[in-house]
Amino acid sequence: MNWPLEAFLSFLAAGAFGVVFNTPRRTLVSCGLVGMSGWLIYRMFFLMFDDSVQATFAGAFAVALVAHILAKKFKMPMIVFSIAGIIPLVPGSRAYNSMRSIVENNYLEAISFAADALMISGAIAMGLVFAEVLMQMVFKQQAKRIQKKIGMTRN
Amino acid sequence: MNQAGETRRELALDCFLLAGKIMMESGAETYRIEDTMIRMAVSQKMMDSHCFITPTGIMFSPSNEMATRFVRINSRRTDLERVALVNAVSRRLVSGELTLQQAYDEMLIIDQTDYMFPIQIQVLAAAVASGCFLILLGGGWQDLPFAFIIGGTAFYTVETILVQTRVKFFAEFVGALVIGSLASLVIYAGLGQDLDTIIIGSVMPLVPGLLITNAVRDLMAGHFVSGLSKGAEAFLTAFAIGAGIALVLSF
Repeated sequence: MNWPLEAFLSFLAAGAFGVVFNTPRRTLVSCGLVGMSGWLIYRMFFLMFDDSVQATFAGAFAVALVAHILAKKFKMPMIVFSIAGIIPLVPGSRAYNSMRSIVENNYLEAISFAADALMISGAIAMGLVFAEVLMQMVFKQQAKRIQKKIGMTRN
Repeated sequence: MNQAGETRRELALDCFLLAGKIMMESGAETYRIEDTMIRMAVSQKMMDSHCFITPTGIMFSPSNEMATRFVRINSRRTDLERVALVNAVSRRLVSGELTLQQAYDEMLIIDQTDYMFPIQIQVLAAAVASGCFLILLGGGWQDLPFAFIIGGTAFYTVETILVQTRVKFFAEFVGALVIGSLASLVIYAGLGQDLDTIIIGSVMPLVPGLLITNAVRDLMAGHFVSGLSKGAEAFLTAFAIGAGIALVLSF
C-alpha cells in the first residue's frame, strides 16, 4: 500500500473525469481533491475492516460531504463536485467479474459477484443520501433565513 | 398595461423553460431543476406555480388562470459547466441583480455556446483516467501503456459513433467491443500481463456513473418517474458495455 501514489493517482483520475464531464475549469482541482478524499477513505476502511460495502459507504459519505462544502464555497450545484468523486467507487471490477462468469457458464459465481456489485451500488447511494441529510440539518437555519429573504416560506 | 403584463409573463415562462431545458440536457438532477425553476418563478411573483420534470419533457404551470407550457427534451449528455452557468444566472435573477430580459438573453447565449473541451483533450483525459484506474485496481505497471491507449481509443470510438448515428447504446456496445478485442490482442501478442485489469481500467470512462448517481438521488427525492427512467438508461448502458465485453470473451 503506497499512500502518496494512490492519492496522486486518484487525484489525477478524478480530475480527468472532470475534464470528460466538462466541469467548470476553475473547479477541476477541487474535483480531483473530492475524488482523492473519497478514494483514500475507501481504502483506509477497506484495509481496516476488510469489507468493501462498508468501505464504499464511508467513501461515498466523504465524497458527498466534501462536495457539499465545496458547493457552498463555490456557489455551484453539488453535482459538479460529486460525480467525478463517485466514479472511483463504482463497482466496475465486480460487475465485470460477474459478466465474465456468466459467459463461462459459471452462474453461481456470477450471482455472488452481481449481488456484491448491487450491495456496493446501494452503499454509494446510502452514503450520498446520509451525507445530504446531515448537511441539510447543519445548514437548516441558514436555509431558513435565505428562504425567508426570497419569500419561499408560506407564513 | 394588461398587454405589457401578458408579454412579460410570456417572457418569464420562456425563461424558466429554457433554464430547465438546458439543465436537463446537460445532466442536472431533477430535483435541482425543479428547485431552480420554482425559485425563479417565485422571484417573478408567481407564487403557486407547479412543474413536472421528466428526462424527456418539462411541463410548467404558472398558476390556475394561465396556460400550462411544455417543452420537449431530445438529447442528453453530460456538460456540468452549463449546469453551473444556468445556476449562476438563476441565482442572480432571484437576488435581483438581473432583470428578466437580461437573464433570458444570458440563457440564450448559454444555450447556443459549446462549452465542451476539444475532443483531443477529452480523449487524453479518458486515457489518463484509464491508466490511473489500472494501477488503483491492482494492475501491474507493465500494463499501463495498453490501458492508456485502449481507454483513449474506446472513448474516441464511442464519441465518433455517437456523433454519426445518435444511437447511444450502439456506440457504447461498439466501444466495449473495441476494448475487448484490443485487450485480447495485446494479451495474445504476449505484451500484456493481465486481461481483466486492462479491460476494467479501460472500461471506466464509459461507466454510466452520472446516470446511476442521478437516478438514485431522484428516487430518494421522490421523483419516481425520472428516477426510474434514468435508472433504465443507466441499466441499458451497463448492459451494452457488458454485452460488448462478453461477446469478445465468449470466443
